[in-house]
Amino acid sequence: MTDRFVTRGFTGRPRSTAGAPGDAASRTPPGQYLTTDFPVLSAGPTPRTPLDRWSFYIEGLVREPRTWTWDEFQVLPARDWTVDISCVTKWTKLDMRWRGVSVDTLLEHVELLPSAAFAIAHCDGGYSTNLPLSDVLNGQAFVAWEYDGRPLAPEHGGPARLVVPARYFWKSAKWVRGIRIVDRDVPGFWEGLGYHNRGDQWLEERYSGD
Amino acid sequence: MPNPIAWRLATITAVRPETSTVRTFTLSIPDWGGHRAGQHVDLRLTAADGYSVERSYSIASEPERPGEIELTVERIEDGEVSAFLHDVAVPGDRIEVRGPIGGYFVWEAGADAASEPLFLVAGGSGVVPLMAMLRHRARAGARNPSRLLFSSRTIEDVIYRAELDTLASAGDGLEVVHTLTRSQPAGWTGYARRIDDRMIAEVLAPLGSGARSFICGPTTLVEVAANALVRLGLPGDRVRTERFGPTGT
Amino acid sequence: MTDAGALGDSVADQVLDGNAVAGILAAAFGSEMTMVPGQCAHCGTVNMLAAMRAYVRAPGTVLRCPACDGVVMRIVETPTSTLVDIQGVAWLRFERD
Repeated sequence: MTDRFVTRGFTGRPRSTAGAPGDAASRTPPGQYLTTDFPVLSAGPTPRTPLDRWSFYIEGLVREPRTWTWDEFQVLPARDWTVDISCVTKWTKLDMRWRGVSVDTLLEHVELLPSAAFAIAHCDGGYSTNLPLSDVLNGQAFVAWEYDGRPLAPEHGGPARLVVPARYFWKSAKWVRGIRIVDRDVPGFWEGLGYHNRGDQWLEERYSGD
Repeated sequence: MPNPIAWRLATITAVRPETSTVRTFTLSIPDWGGHRAGQHVDLRLTAADGYSVERSYSIASEPERPGEIELTVERIEDGEVSAFLHDVAVPGDRIEVRGPIGGYFVWEAGADAASEPLFLVAGGSGVVPLMAMLRHRARAGARNPSRLLFSSRTIEDVIYRAELDTLASAGDGLEVVHTLTRSQPAGWTGYARRIDDRMIAEVLAPLGSGARSFICGPTTLVEVAANALVRLGLPGDRVRTERFGPTGT
Repeated sequence: MTDAGALGDSVADQVLDGNAVAGILAAAFGSEMTMVPGQCAHCGTVNMLAAMRAYVRAPGTVLRCPACDGVVMRIVETPTSTLVDIQGVAWLRFERD
């Protein structure tokens, strides 16, 4: 970066952790600031799929693809998650409460073929994101339909969204409708246009080349 | 001709309040090549750690003022740049600007404009680029039938209220119609609701469907107004729109 | 052009138009772009870039066709460069003098 004119008195968003839990500083990844609200960031109009037409699939390199209707999805073993979320636009929100089903549970219903290596999430509205299977197994990812004790609002990704807390929030695909298991990585919507392929917020993997 | 795409340093030379949440900043810019009414500038703020943010602000002043421009900025609750401008910046401070930018949302008082009715629709701080057009219109001595329909929450929130009264009393064909959507002063006989089809039709009526229109404000207001005008017979290419983010007024 | 604010239909109001990225596009393309007409690769409708719907509160900016909502253009500003994806544009028309 070349010499940039520094604006007198400008410090950006407040970086203080006043009012936050005692360990907030250590829970805030590098370059992030804490927020208490839940910003809506969107790349397009909010999809509105009625529940009676909603379904979730796992397909691709699995022995047998599987699809769930909303009713079938709701009776899967669900649990609560309280996690910290970081967006690449620099906000971090601590202790966000979600309810949903672990990706592990979903994958138990299909049998991964030996060549399975990556999960590509596909969504209403055309959005997609990619993750190595190693990033979504073992409790690292879930599909949530409740936020803060209420059904997930459409502008926040409802009826259901993927949540991957250890990655920047663009990987937590809103309006998710299915996961395609593949052997070769396929960059998703933002990964294909300058954003980091993996997106680990603790390593500040924001842009490709970081 | 200086490159409008390059970042340059402007100096804030004056700040004055317009309403309790809106201020006008005068910027002096070396080698400013002038602008057209309706254009905007981008501002860039950079912190010592390299964090930077950019925002666009419509130029409020008329092109007829050499070397300086005015920006009218509403202080937005969570707004990084507007809060900085309102709370921290003082005359003498320098700030990076880029521009003038925009060729689409522009009005010039010229041969065609002299006779063409002009219909302006503003919501809150969306009035800023339209004010540049009206100030330019006055300086150019234009007399084309013109109307500004201006939506604000309360009378105290009306940006440029006194100056608009003055411009509308000049007898040069300009009328200003206000609508106050949240509360109205005692004795108010004007519109008291959000802009809708019927209001657009009533306010446009004296100008007719040969008018050229510019609409600026929050997206929902802009779309209601633009759709109404097209239904009333204005050709699409004579209705130009600029959507601001949500504004507080 | 302002930051997102307090009242009204704030979710709907967050959708802007091509004017919101006029500066970024001018810097990337080297000239004023808002009056450049482009054909949507999805539905064939032609609009000036100023009239495209702009979703700017995202990791990047997405311009969509006002007729079909198809993605016309995507813009990402990294620390060192501006990336512009124009797969959604069938053509852009530049008038010559």
